[in-house]
Amino acid sequence: MEKREFTITSETGIHARPATILVQAASKFASDVTLSYEGKSVNLKSIMGVMSLGVGQNAKVTISANGDDEKEALDTVAETMKKEGLTD
Amino acid sequence: MSLLLNGLAASSGITIAPAHLLVESDLSITKQHTADKNHEVARLHDSFTLSKTELQQLYQHAHEKLGQRAAAIIDTQIAILDDPTLQTKIIDRINNHHDTAEWAVKKVEDYYLNVFERMNDNDYLHSRATALRDVTKRILSHLLNVPLPDPALLNQRAVFVAKNITPTDTAQFDRRYVAGIVTANGGRTSHFTIMSKTLSLPAVVGVRDATKIIHDGDMLIVDGIHGKVIVNPSNEEIEHYQLLAGEFAQEQQKWGALKDKQTVSADGRRFEVAANVGTFADIIDAQEEGAEGIGLLRTEFLYMNRDELPSEEQQFLAYKRFVSAMNQQRVVARTLDIGGDKQLGMVKLAHEDNPYLGFRAIRIGLARPEILRPQLRALLRSSVYGRLAIMFPMIATIEEFQQARAILDEEKERLVRAGYQVAKNIEVGMMLEIPAVAVMAEHFAKYVDFFSIGSNDLVQYLLAVDRGNQQVAYLYQELHPAVLRMVKQVIEAAHAEGKWVGMCGEMASNPLAVPLLMAMGLDEFSMSSSQILRVRSLIHQLSTRKLQPLVHRAINAETTAEVQKLVREYVPELKI
Repeated sequence: MEKREFTITSETGIHARPATILVQAASKFASDVTLSYEGKSVNLKSIMGVMSLGVGQNAKVTISANGDDEKEALDTVAETMKKEGLTD
Repeated sequence: MSLLLNGLAASSGITIAPAHLLVESDLSITKQHTADKNHEVARLHDSFTLSKTELQQLYQHAHEKLGQRAAAIIDTQIAILDDPTLQTKIIDRINNHHDTAEWAVKKVEDYYLNVFERMNDNDYLHSRATALRDVTKRILSHLLNVPLPDPALLNQRAVFVAKNITPTDTAQFDRRYVAGIVTANGGRTSHFTIMSKTLSLPAVVGVRDATKIIHDGDMLIVDGIHGKVIVNPSNEEIEHYQLLAGEFAQEQQKWGALKDKQTVSADGRRFEVAANVGTFADIIDAQEEGAEGIGLLRTEFLYMNRDELPSEEQQFLAYKRFVSAMNQQRVVARTLDIGGDKQLGMVKLAHEDNPYLGFRAIRIGLARPEILRPQLRALLRSSVYGRLAIMFPMIATIEEFQQARAILDEEKERLVRAGYQVAKNIEVGMMLEIPAVAVMAEHFAKYVDFFSIGSNDLVQYLLAVDRGNQQVAYLYQELHPAVLRMVKQVIEAAHAEGKWVGMCGEMASNPLAVPLLMAMGLDEFSMSSSQILRVRSLIHQLSTRKLQPLVHRAINAETTAEVQKLVREYVPELKI
């Protein structure tokens, strides 16, 4: 299992738009991808889950991936977060 | 026979096109439970498949014709539809509670809306709740077999006629085909009106029973300059308005050249035309339209859709972004202005019979220093990144202004002592919205650095009219001689003390008011960005000196109609 921590720096947090893009990115992989924040974990392939967490600015989140393509999955998600301005 | 309908002019321009009615669908659910689970699950799957096909078409459409921002709204809706958890939850309801498919969809929607409501969400414009609601509406439309109105599927030029238009509707517009907008609800200052100004679409709002009187396919003239709609016009009327529309389009072309110019009248008096902004995206529009500053920064956006007050640090970062983006152009920030028609989830306000006359704006700020103080600290800290001015909303008495100012000075001193940088000469002023202040302007002028006339509220209070109430909206008259006298008196009182006066209400961009205001010596005109070049162009053509007799006659007029007639007589440049 691969696991990484991120700090969300964007002012608006993970709102509808970046949530859509993250879910689309995670859904390309076979691995299970999980987003955890303040003790709650959701499937990163579920936009309702991601939006329900209400991740705001300065939130510390953990993303983990489990499966054959876990490393690739996590790299892609990390890259997407940066590209969408969620992380620095 | 043509039929004339009156409404409120919401966005300039003239359009002639057939009507297209957007009728809200009736999605009420009658049957909640059933024994046939498999049938319900099958119906659910069908409705998802149909919804997905539709959304994919809409996505293509929005992407090609409206750009990425509009397409993104649809993209999120597709992601919701594809969400495995959402589908599982709905199917579980059908299996465990014997819900009909539509009732299960409704219950799961309620569940998520409830979750969303309990958390921070500052993405107020296209929030997750709106996205979810739009998806479930679409699913329900298939389950109930009731078609949804679909603005994006319009494929010929037409005027949208609706009770209300939502931001999601506007995001689906095809700009080539939407010729104009007529709504039954809404005042001149509603959210939608501001949207249509941004889209530069001719719009008339508050047309009573518009959706009942106007039928699909009726030919319409929408006169967004005067707030008139003509249904099934005669050939003469069409010709007349085609001429006017042509002149208006010619005028519009001239405006582009004025973008980087200063605002100077024909007789050489310098004015400032600034923008009203509420989000950072508005700043970009303001710069594109050649704003000479920000005359009103509404700070409410920082407080919207969240459970707790924004921290000083969060506010500081936001203000810093605004102030530095405008370089050395002035940014007038208004402290939190809630109450009245603007409510916030996190600041619980008791129900009031008369919210406009109640606990709002600075009254809340002074009573709840835990809201005002962090905001002032954040603003003060942002002041070193550009040219910031601060104003307090809804000041009624000199004591209120002094109190607010004292809090500001106290926080400034504390910050300096704590080692923060704060700009030396931050202008501190107030909104002038209450008639009592206008009457006492000569005294207030001694204490403030500037006034910004909030004409929307001032007119409302002066004529005792609720502009949102359609039965009395006709009394909302910005050109009423009483309003003009008051504005003139305020400008003179301020100038006598060497202070400047701005205006940040809708009146500042009203073409009939601009000649009067400039002749009275109003220093700064602040408005929605799409109006800036039109107003600058008008000021360029007019001489304040030559307009003095007009001011004299207008303030001595008996009625608004007389004032309007006088302005047209003295200002032939106003062709329309």
